[in-house]
Amino acid sequence: MTTRREFLVLACGAFATAAEAQLDPSQEALRRAAFREAVRKVTGGAPVSRGRVKLDLPPLIDNGNTVPLSVSVESPMTGADHVRAIHVFTEKNPQPNVLSGHLGPRAGRASLVTRVRIADTQTVTAIAQLSDGTFWSDSVHVVVTLSACLEDGLI
Amino acid sequence: MARVVVNLPATAKRGEIIEIKTLAAHPMETGFRHTQLGELVPRDIITRFVCIYNGVEIFSAELYPAIAANPLITFSTVAAESGMLEFRWTGDNGYAVTQSAPITVV
Repeated sequence: MTTRREFLVLACGAFATAAEAQLDPSQEALRRAAFREAVRKVTGGAPVSRGRVKLDLPPLIDNGNTVPLSVSVESPMTGADHVRAIHVFTEKNPQPNVLSGHLGPRAGRASLVTRVRIADTQTVTAIAQLSDGTFWSDSVHVVVTLSACLEDGLI
Repeated sequence: MARVVVNLPATAKRGEIIEIKTLAAHPMETGFRHTQLGELVPRDIITRFVCIYNGVEIFSAELYPAIAANPLITFSTVAAESGMLEFRWTGDNGYAVTQSAPITVV
């Protein structure tokens, strides 16, 4: 016989677990694999170093449907040394790609601002491709309270 | 009619870095959502954005479903010469919008 007190403790525990592990573990593994594949497609297997890129996202997101995101890269943006492309990826969205921006020396400044959807508490990564063929990245961990795509539960 | 908004300075000094803000009115339906009856809502997004400055492509972007509705894209360019900036958005279901804005460089 379950007492009322036991039931409440169990129910709260269940909710707490649901709030932490929102995504099914097997799904999560699939999406991480998709994320790695998407990164590999961009870099062609070249090493990605951390630094030079600054990815700016609010650390705590109330509503994952519209999240301001900005990326800037330290670069002189000259003909010889500039940022060719900026790619943004998520590891738990249904699709890893978020945006790929292509720029050149005429940009003057390597920066990009947009608004994105974030499906779950996760890490967002920005990768910059430089004209010398190197790749640089920055990652930000974000906590999402109201997920994008929540209408379906988590897809 | 598809509506877009572009914001950039009307005049700029030669060599100055100007910021260009663009916004397109578009639902950016992800293709991952279902209706209450369980049918999948087909994807309907803008997939590509291009900015052309006096005939030269200076910026382009590929957009994916993870871009929020009414996609805002802000980027920068060096004010090189007076002329026209052309902005093009293309996407699913034949979505294609072009907008242009003049700039005077002094």
